Amino acid sequence: MRLTLREALLSFRRAPVLSALAITTIGFALFVFGLFSLVALNLRATLSEIEERVEVVMYLTRGTPVEVVTVAIGDIQAFPEVESVNYVTEDQALERARQELVEFQGVFEDLTANPLPASLEIRLKPGFRDSHNVSAVADRLSGFRFVEDVRFGRDWVEKLDRLRDIAGVVGLVIGAAFAAAAVMIIATTIRMTVLARSREIHIMRLVGATDGFIRRPFIVDGAIKGALGGLLAVVLCYGSYLLVSRGLFDASFFTTQQASLIVLLGTVLGLAASAVSVGRHLPRV
Amino acid sequence: MPSAPCEAVIRLNKVFKAFPKGSLALKDVSLHVAKGEFIFLTGHSGAGKSTVLRLVYADQLPTSGTVRVSGYSTAGLKRRDIPRLRRRLGIVFQDFRLLEDRTAEENVAFALEVTGTRRSVISAKVTRVLTQVGLATKANQYPRELSGGEQQRVAIARALVNDPLVLLADEPTGNLDERATRGVFQLLKDINATGTAVVLATHDLDLVRQAPFRTVELQDGAIVYDSREDEPAGEALVER
Repeated sequence: MRLTLREALLSFRRAPVLSALAITTIGFALFVFGLFSLVALNLRATLSEIEERVEVVMYLTRGTPVEVVTVAIGDIQAFPEVESVNYVTEDQALERARQELVEFQGVFEDLTANPLPASLEIRLKPGFRDSHNVSAVADRLSGFRFVEDVRFGRDWVEKLDRLRDIAGVVGLVIGAAFAAAAVMIIATTIRMTVLARSREIHIMRLVGATDGFIRRPFIVDGAIKGALGGLLAVVLCYGSYLLVSRGLFDASFFTTQQASLIVLLGTVLGLAASAVSVGRHLPRV
Repeated sequence: MPSAPCEAVIRLNKVFKAFPKGSLALKDVSLHVAKGEFIFLTGHSGAGKSTVLRLVYADQLPTSGTVRVSGYSTAGLKRRDIPRLRRRLGIVFQDFRLLEDRTAEENVAFALEVTGTRRSVISAKVTRVLTQVGLATKANQYPRELSGGEQQRVAIARALVNDPLVLLADEPTGNLDERATRGVFQLLKDINATGTAVVLATHDLDLVRQAPFRTVELQDGAIVYDSREDEPAGEALVER
């Protein structure tokens, strides 16, 4: 292993410009990938903030006894999708309307009877806030006898869904494209290194080196370049993040774990690309 | 000259080798090299000397016939056997084939490192062979700092460091002046005296005349003369 590492590092010393170029290109490819991940990450955070506001409101028939409502709350809370159920009495509804709809102050004062119905506000657990689950819960709630109406922002929830899908697909496609670019760059650099070192490989063969022995330093070389490229990408992403979060708006950055994942991704890509490249080009040298 | 031993380390049996375009590089070549033997392989450029050596170190495979080297046969030779086969051989070329960015010592050590030899053993072995080829004092010099003769000595040291059964030398003096040629040839004779078989491919007849070793001559890919089977060496060759 010591020898493999020495031979791998030798390639940096022998071709510093080519190595630096490879690392930079890999770094930039992973940087674009990282940027999209950052955008996706922040978008997801924002979406989940919005999603938290998704709730189903169940309006109750006037005069539904409190005992019946209490039993119903227990039943609804037992739904696997439900996080919390909040009971809003008719009086509370009126009080809330008075506070929130200040411009209709006069209308409320003229009221002789409370026109607002009591309701149950139902919040769903994370992961169940998509249109499919929300509709399913709403349907089930409509089955209660004392229900006057069940409402949730159907259009709004569906749009949210679509936005999430689009963000996911775009992120995946762009991420895959740039990961593929990184793979090709690494494969090409390793190919150039294999060709540049063909004389040495030939000599290694003459003195009885096995194919595995010859291959190992190239693969380690690719992995090191991939890892350094990944590291560069994280640094570039951090720079961009600082720029954006200072000048434009509050954004969040990768956790240490996510940043390590990018470096790991670079390493794995480098390893795989060089293994394939060496496998293809070594027999021809 | 070592006594003629009978155990063969290299056996070529009815070997034909065709070029990709179809013409023959070797025609019906049968050649046995005994343990500890010294053989001159002579002939003009293109006669097939290098092809014989390439078949021996399994850089090429015969089109028909078999090549056996120290227990390995080209019939059924697997790719993974080739490195093991080569570790039993030492190979030297006209153009030395040294790694330019490594010192003489590192070039020699490299041959041991690739075979997974322990570090503690490498240093002692490298010093021993560099002393044997007369380069102990130049161990830390790079190939470009050495003369042609010295570079070839480093290449020979590298070939020797694995204690090969046979040393294959393909025109090892082709790039050297007369004095360096004599030195390298003497070194090859000394190596042979310690029991290592030497196959020396050369078109330099002056060199061949300097020692009464077995001489095999190739012409257009066929053996046309073998001093062991034909007339005593030296005289016959002078006539040709």
